[in-house]
Amino acid sequence: MNKVVNSVEEALEGVTDNMTLMLGGFGLCGIPENCISELARLGIKNLTCISNNAGVDDFGLGLLLRTKQIKKMISSYVGENDEFERQMLSGELEVDLIPQGSLAERCRAGGAGIPAFYTPAGYGTEVAEGKEVKVFNGKPHILETALSADFAFVKAWKGDTEGNLIFKATARNFNPLMAMAGKITVVEVEELVPAGELDPNFIHTPGIFVQRIFKGEKFEKRIEQRTVRQK
Amino acid sequence: MALDKIGIAKRIAQELENGWYVNLGIGIPTLVANYVPKGIEVEFQSENGILGMGPFPFDGEEDADLINAGKQTVTLNPGASIFDSATSFAMIRGQHVQLTVLGAMEVAQNGDIANWKIPGKMVKGMGGAMDLVASAQNIIVAMMHTNKKGDSKILSTCSLPLTGVNCVTKVVTNLAVMSVKDNAFHLIERAPGVTVEEIKNATAGKLIVPDVVPEMNI
Repeated sequence: MNKVVNSVEEALEGVTDNMTLMLGGFGLCGIPENCISELARLGIKNLTCISNNAGVDDFGLGLLLRTKQIKKMISSYVGENDEFERQMLSGELEVDLIPQGSLAERCRAGGAGIPAFYTPAGYGTEVAEGKEVKVFNGKPHILETALSADFAFVKAWKGDTEGNLIFKATARNFNPLMAMAGKITVVEVEELVPAGELDPNFIHTPGIFVQRIFKGEKFEKRIEQRTVRQK
Repeated sequence: MALDKIGIAKRIAQELENGWYVNLGIGIPTLVANYVPKGIEVEFQSENGILGMGPFPFDGEEDADLINAGKQTVTLNPGASIFDSATSFAMIRGQHVQLTVLGAMEVAQNGDIANWKIPGKMVKGMGGAMDLVASAQNIIVAMMHTNKKGDSKILSTCSLPLTGVNCVTKVVTNLAVMSVKDNAFHLIERAPGVTVEEIKNATAGKLIVPDVVPEMNI
């Protein structure tokens, strides 16, 4: 089944105001930068964005915060973004902070048909407020529900026309989980190849989770913390 | 003299045991990787999806697609593996990682830890810290004994929003090494030249002091 669309415009067809979106990436690593730029260009607003982080002031999801297109963020860590902190502390932006492992598992569960699960993470903290507590093996756990999205935006290294995906290094992070949890999953890749060219033994995300795939026009791949050692 | 951040990292490195998988948090904990004792083999896990994390890359060899959980560019050691975030936290929640080292704003004598939020002032989020402290069996906190104003961060109860409850097993500060059990801090070692009296004065929580408190060997 051919999943290829020819442009980012075509890839985002049907995205409208008030939708819930998932966006892959960890920090600025492995973010769907072409789709984010297009969301900014389209000016779609009142978005609920599920993403581990919120970008920096002038890149990644920071671009959509600057233009106030985001109504609510569901994330685990949002440092490094002054505009985010300002909007959150002033109450302009709704924020749901959840533990990173719970966020990942909630996305996975959403794609795997598991409506909820128990985890020890967050027990006894603000995160547990209003959530069911159950003791297993003498240890309290809280009930966390699955997440899903109208659209999931994913960035992969290589993909084929069937939507099979391979990620590179730690640019994998949340991408395979969000690919599973999107009603429509849109993938931007650095390399798009014909079906049959990727070794089936090394596919990270099978094409069944992908509805649209396109070759990203450009990848800036900005580094957030450049740390090196001398030779 | 009280330890600096490197001294704290060096002392924590002495806790590493052969064959352990270890998760190091951001800040002082990251430095622990530089002081693994000779003859000890450990693998570092980074919760964004690495087992077998190596040192920072050489200048010019950094790769935007290869970072640690602190978003710093890193390298992979031979035998490293890469995985998604759900698999990463399966390792953590499933207790396959033997040691977690992380920083804190406050630690309490019952093992509670606070490190993710100052209401009305700073809200960066918990990242993976809540998952780590809720599941790890061995949690060492690396921190300064007091804040910049001189107030103790080693408390009877935490005043800030909690990251986890009853979880910290050991605390290594610029002044002391303490275990946390039976609703008290137990003094194990003191920093070179630091007196028991100084440690007592800097500790607001219940502190149990044995007859002999050896100096750290850094």
